[in-house]
Amino acid sequence: MKRLLGTLLATLVITSASHAETMRMAVTTSFYNSGLSEVLLPEIKSDLGLEIQLIVVGTGQALRLGEAGDVDAILVHSRAAEDQFLEAEFGTHRREIMYNDFVFVGPADDPAGIRTADSAAGALIEIAKATAPFVSRGDDSGTHKQEQKLWTEAGVIVEGDWYRAAGAGMGATLNVASGMNAYVFSDRASWLNFGNKGDLDLLYSGDPALFNQYAYIPVNPARWPHIRNDLALALEEWLASDKAAALINGYTINGENLFTFNATQP
Amino acid sequence: MNSISQGFWDAWGLILTFDPDLYEIIFLSLQVTVSAVIIASAIGLPLGAWLAVNRFRFRRYAIAILNALMGLPPVVVGLFVYMLLSRAGPLGGFGLLFSPEAMIIAQVIIITPLIASISHQTLRDLWAEYHDLLISMNATRMQRIRALLWDGRRALLTAMLAGFGRAIGEVGAIMIVGGNIDHATRVLTTAIALETGKGNFAFAMGLGLVLIMLAVIINLLIHALGKTERASTW
Amino acid sequence: MVILPLKMQGATAHIRKKRLVGPVDITITADGFTIIMGPNGAGKTTLLRLMHGLQRCSGGLVEWAVPHAKAREKQAYVFQSPIMMRRRVVDSIAYPLRLRGLSASAARATARESAGRFGLEKLLDSWAPMLSGGEKQKLSLARALVIEPDILFLDEPCANLDGRAIREIEAILRDAQAAGTRIVMSTHDMGQARRLAQDVVFMYDGKIHEHTAADAFFTSPTTKEAHAFINGDIVE
Repeated sequence: MKRLLGTLLATLVITSASHAETMRMAVTTSFYNSGLSEVLLPEIKSDLGLEIQLIVVGTGQALRLGEAGDVDAILVHSRAAEDQFLEAEFGTHRREIMYNDFVFVGPADDPAGIRTADSAAGALIEIAKATAPFVSRGDDSGTHKQEQKLWTEAGVIVEGDWYRAAGAGMGATLNVASGMNAYVFSDRASWLNFGNKGDLDLLYSGDPALFNQYAYIPVNPARWPHIRNDLALALEEWLASDKAAALINGYTINGENLFTFNATQP
Repeated sequence: MNSISQGFWDAWGLILTFDPDLYEIIFLSLQVTVSAVIIASAIGLPLGAWLAVNRFRFRRYAIAILNALMGLPPVVVGLFVYMLLSRAGPLGGFGLLFSPEAMIIAQVIIITPLIASISHQTLRDLWAEYHDLLISMNATRMQRIRALLWDGRRALLTAMLAGFGRAIGEVGAIMIVGGNIDHATRVLTTAIALETGKGNFAFAMGLGLVLIMLAVIINLLIHALGKTERASTW
Repeated sequence: MVILPLKMQGATAHIRKKRLVGPVDITITADGFTIIMGPNGAGKTTLLRLMHGLQRCSGGLVEWAVPHAKAREKQAYVFQSPIMMRRRVVDSIAYPLRLRGLSASAARATARESAGRFGLEKLLDSWAPMLSGGEKQKLSLARALVIEPDILFLDEPCANLDGRAIREIEAILRDAQAAGTRIVMSTHDMGQARRLAQDVVFMYDGKIHEHTAADAFFTSPTTKEAHAFINGDIVE
């Protein structure tokens, strides 16, 4: 028994050393859930010989990881927070890569009648008026911040039993909404890839206020000597390349395009 | 109901076709958890024995703290280990964050109190039985602890298995310190959380079944090993 | 080096202010077979535990011819209800030798050799907690005597045993005494006391009422409690 444990230990403790160059990038849940990374990462590996380890978290935590030097770059979508991050010199610069959009999802019979709303703010006003159940991320993520911004624009102060903060990621929040048959604010990719739609349906989208810009920020190597800025820059160049553009614009789920490439060459 | 049976069959499909991704995840789960159990046992078992044989002033407080630590929320442990291992943290220089090692550290912190507490409870009873004999034989403190650990090894195996059960099913802490990185730190529980987040309930359920089967197999294996060693009811 | 004589002077034991034993004055010299008798609660067990050092005196002295730490190495104790370690018989007998630093193989070899004297040779590979009552007590004796102690304390070792086991144990004790081990034993069994005792300590209410040669004790006890005890009267 002892000998067996010993061999077991030996095999377990010895981890195979990795060979390819690796860098770490914090990305938002919404980006990861879109499935786009599964298309991009293998291409990056074959083109650059670079293995990207994705840490999938909310925007807030992604920025904290960059601040602490625990990742080499971040890919997030929350302009105000990004600007603060850059101002504090946690990152070197910001490069817009692509955008997708947010959508309103809700019960297929649409009790608040937002299908015919004239704007995103208008849709929210209808929901508030009907006091129809609404589930919010409530986790300080990019999506949550965007939702709060829209409430403010709509001039609605949210309070009451109909408004529920899940305090969870996009998927978990969609699960809650599906269970409660409630309205929910989601990015399009998470919604399309979501496997537990239940009675929910996509009810409103298209307002430019719902566009969701993704930006790439390399973490400042001056703050942390171990940061692989060289790899981060190589990745940035690839993400802004024509090849990336074709892959991003060509990515579809159920025949629907999700992302629009909009990186500009410097 | 439909999605439960669907997940079950999906999981069987992956197991029987030796899906490399699934086996990588299973192997990493085992690697992390077994390492954590071995390290936690190396700390927790002697600690439990030491608490059983020693009478000191703050013993009751030490035991109370140990029992309280058993209830430590894994997320808190995860956050604590994250802050320790973060580049900005005191142990950041080792670059251990988002590695299997970080997950092992978190699990060790979670299950050591559990293993120590269970082993203390069993060894306290054994010590009550042995007390007069070992004192009479003039055994040193170290010898007493060793006798309890050796003679109580069957009960201690149960403590270790309890630690294994808690660790292999843990998700909150290892999600934070491991990062759930594909092909690097993704284990069964974090994969389940991920698939649940995607709304892929069937597949998440299937992975859950794999997890349970794994735990059952390990338990049976350990008991079988124990049996071959001693064919008695002890 | 022999650790005897053992001298107790004014030795007293309390538990939560209640006096269990003492004050007691007694000297245990190098040779002999001492039987401690007395009714339940008289303090026989406590006296043995005080002598062996399992229990501390709340007053008075317990002194050996050598320092206590040295004396501990040459003493052994057999409990009324045998304490069985969760090991095989051979490993149980070997254990005291292991504590003294012998290698596992050397300790086991010695244990196997000695087993015959205790009628345990066929049980060496049995699991100690599974033995019968008589076998357990013989194992206790084997484990106690394997270190060749200068003195062996026994606390009613034959309580609850049948006649055959008692005869075997008494034979083992006579052999041990012949081999140079001083024996101090408590018993309730008057017949056993008559068969084994060279001197008798009669205890009553925590005190030693008599300590005399066995013949003298059984023929002409000096205190009335001892007299009543020998006559089989009820002594409370």
